Amino acid sequence: MNARAQSRFGTPELLFGLSVAVLVIVVGVPMLLIFFNAFWVDGHFNVADVITVLRHPETYKALLNSLILSVGVTITGTIVGTFFAWLVTRTDLPFKKTMKLLFLVPFMLPAFIGALAWKMLLSPRAGYINRVFMDVFGFDGPVFNIYTYAGIILVETMYLFPFVFIQVSGALERMDPTLEESARISGADLFTITRKITIPLVMPSILSGSLLIMLYSMAHFGTVAVLGVETGIYNIPTLIYEKIHQSAGSFASIRTATVLATVLVITAALILWLQNRILSKGRYQIIAGKSFRPTELKLRGLRIPLLLLCIAYIGFTIVLPTTTIFLVGGLKTYGLPFTAENMTWSNYNHILFEWDLTRGAIWNSISLGLSAALITMFAGVVISYVIVKMKVRGKGILEFLGMLPFSVPGSVIALGVILAWSGKFGINLYNTVWIILVAYIARYMAFSLKANSAALEQVHDSLVEAARASGATMAQALRDIVVPLVRPGMVAAFFLIFLPALRELTVSVLLYGPTTRTIGVAIYTLNEDGETVYSAALAGIALIIIVLGELLIKRLVSGKNGA
Amino acid sequence: MANVRIEGVAKQYAGRKILSGLSLELNDGECFTLLGPSGCGKTVLLRLIAGFETPDSGSIAIGGEVVANAATGHMLPPDKRGLGVVFQDYAVWPHMNVFDNISYPLKLAGTAAKSLRERTLRAVDLVGLSGLDARLPSQLSGGQQQRVALARALVSEPRLLLLDEPLNNLDANLREEMRFEIKALQRQLGITILYVTHDQEIALAIADRIAVMDANGALRQIGVPEALYEKPADDFVFRFLGIASFLPVRRDGEALYIGGSSAKWVGQAPDIPDARLAAGFRPSDVMLARGGEGLPGIVRRASFLGAQVDYLIDIAGTLIRAALPSHECLARNLLFVEGDHCLARIASVQWFAGDILAAEKV
Repeated sequence: MNARAQSRFGTPELLFGLSVAVLVIVVGVPMLLIFFNAFWVDGHFNVADVITVLRHPETYKALLNSLILSVGVTITGTIVGTFFAWLVTRTDLPFKKTMKLLFLVPFMLPAFIGALAWKMLLSPRAGYINRVFMDVFGFDGPVFNIYTYAGIILVETMYLFPFVFIQVSGALERMDPTLEESARISGADLFTITRKITIPLVMPSILSGSLLIMLYSMAHFGTVAVLGVETGIYNIPTLIYEKIHQSAGSFASIRTATVLATVLVITAALILWLQNRILSKGRYQIIAGKSFRPTELKLRGLRIPLLLLCIAYIGFTIVLPTTTIFLVGGLKTYGLPFTAENMTWSNYNHILFEWDLTRGAIWNSISLGLSAALITMFAGVVISYVIVKMKVRGKGILEFLGMLPFSVPGSVIALGVILAWSGKFGINLYNTVWIILVAYIARYMAFSLKANSAALEQVHDSLVEAARASGATMAQALRDIVVPLVRPGMVAAFFLIFLPALRELTVSVLLYGPTTRTIGVAIYTLNEDGETVYSAALAGIALIIIVLGELLIKRLVSGKNGA
Repeated sequence: MANVRIEGVAKQYAGRKILSGLSLELNDGECFTLLGPSGCGKTVLLRLIAGFETPDSGSIAIGGEVVANAATGHMLPPDKRGLGVVFQDYAVWPHMNVFDNISYPLKLAGTAAKSLRERTLRAVDLVGLSGLDARLPSQLSGGQQQRVALARALVSEPRLLLLDEPLNNLDANLREEMRFEIKALQRQLGITILYVTHDQEIALAIADRIAVMDANGALRQIGVPEALYEKPADDFVFRFLGIASFLPVRRDGEALYIGGSSAKWVGQAPDIPDARLAAGFRPSDVMLARGGEGLPGIVRRASFLGAQVDYLIDIAGTLIRAALPSHECLARNLLFVEGDHCLARIASVQWFAGDILAAEKV
């Protein structure tokens, strides 16, 4: 008997086809176009040309800068993150819980706004701190110049160290204390235990966190754009921006950009692959899922000094820049000292209620964030459903395409979207808000797929079958059983997209047109144009919106758990 | 209330044949158990009847109505088949409380609010969950969730109830209790039940009729529990229904010898003419003695298990199991220790052709 392949074209095939189509158009085509443009010259495959582009001093320098900066940030971020993680989990530091929450705050603050604040504080001539030292204490030159490699590394470290902090504090909390206790019983002192037991056990977490720092730093646009470009420090994303923006889309500059993008994608893929390997190798059963009460190191005389250190760090990295943003946003003119007669509310008033440019930017960001989040959430549910629940061949393609943007930096996605949607295929979205929307959907699809797949994995097939056996049609079973069970995943996906989209800069800065600035773009361009006070005021408003959004989620999420 | 008629059903997954040409009929109102080793395709058969799978060939009819026919492509979806299904993992909906879980089939059927409430609460009482109807599944034990699943399957008074290893995840006491309850419910409601399991003890206890399925998805024997136990169709069925020992027996003219030895077979004469035979029996069929007539053996292992004593006995090179009631051992001085010689008499023997022992030695 030979197998009768009855391939009727039913709902599963339709859903599958639709999902593939969406992902191919939104993710696949732009990515392919980048590789195509990088390697395909005059109708044939060309590697020699790629090497020529890479050896050009400008590109070569940018590659090197990306490497220097990301390695620097990775080292400092790992040290800072590991130290504070250890401090809040394994010592008797006072106010540990509060400290732990405070160390996570930098995660919600956009790095480029931080960079803006530090520029205002530490730019060599105009920076407030440098001016205080020069004017008041009579220093000959600035105490610290932020427009340097060191400056950029410091600022990025402040905003990226939580990657290591979260991973390591999580691992330290979940580590079974009996492992250390048994070493203690065997006669090891605390130093030996830390060296021989604790550090090797949390090493996978440290490494995986630092690779995430490296990945983000490598692809990071904002800080370098604000602090580096002034003195000619370009990294890969900023050079891509420069190429696309300054040269009005000439073929040579687009090629350079695609080659840079290819390098970025390959590096990112490499980093993620390495991280995956470390995580899967390092998954000893020792770090269990539940929480233990680890033994705490008595800090004794160092308790208060270390607490002061934490407070100083938080004050220096969170409070100082944030306050600077709000104060500068309230100045009548940039450069004036912060005295009452120099302060005004009119900047904020102007930005929120009068100026079309900023009002438009706020509106654009909110509407783009909402639509991207909604579309991606619903598309994500359907695609996850196909991936997790349906027995169709070739769904591996879906998974690959959906997760691809996870390893693709924003500037690369933006570049791919430009290549795909600037009229090459009969549709020209360039300079419209739609091109940004398409890019956001591509960029955030992976978030939605992750959240929704996780939720759908929990819904066993038998739950649906039980509903069918109870007399429910497929539609009724979806409505009564599947949707209520995946709703938390959908809500999570929505916010995982909406909030980052609100403060997005890297993608939109490559795609904006005259009327389609986002908040991030408006802050960035205002700063570039020397409108520093308005830039700061808008940044302040953005911070308020972001913090309110984060608080709202916390409320919603904890409310869900309580029910 | 319905009979089920399965005719020539075949099903394969990814080129692997699970079922082929299977025919089976369940009578109206009986508790029918499908017994087989795990992975044999019994769950697939249940899913075919429920409508979660489509047969590659053959047809299935419930209560005279054809619900699946591969030849015509006719396929009644599961929600139109009027059944109750209880899954191995309960499949109780975690976001609904006990009442909502159980009343869901009635709600879908458009039952009026008052009657829905009455019938749901009656089902809650029936499975002994009175007072727990507002609880969420996460607040229930495994056994209680199992009862919710059972009540949900019963509430709409289905004509056919399909149970897929529903007692697997319960502990031994609860399993025994639930198995009696299911049987009692079935008598009370008079519904047809298909109970799929790999546990012969449950199958024997609960079934009006049993079908034994082998690892290739073929039915070896169908019948009432006593018939299968006493007159197994072949050694597979015999082995599957309980602990089985076999002794090789050789026919030499009129005389019977054990294996290749010169020890004579003593006891029930074979009812088949083969020259090479296998004598099959249960541990409880073996009677031991210190003297008199019997097969001479050596005790290799003796374990006192409370109500009975379990022996492993070497008879002319073949190991067999024997189980004697403890009180009898004590009364008749039959507490052997390892190395003791004994005589074994086998009260009841199932004779099989000798080649069933070719592959393995028991």
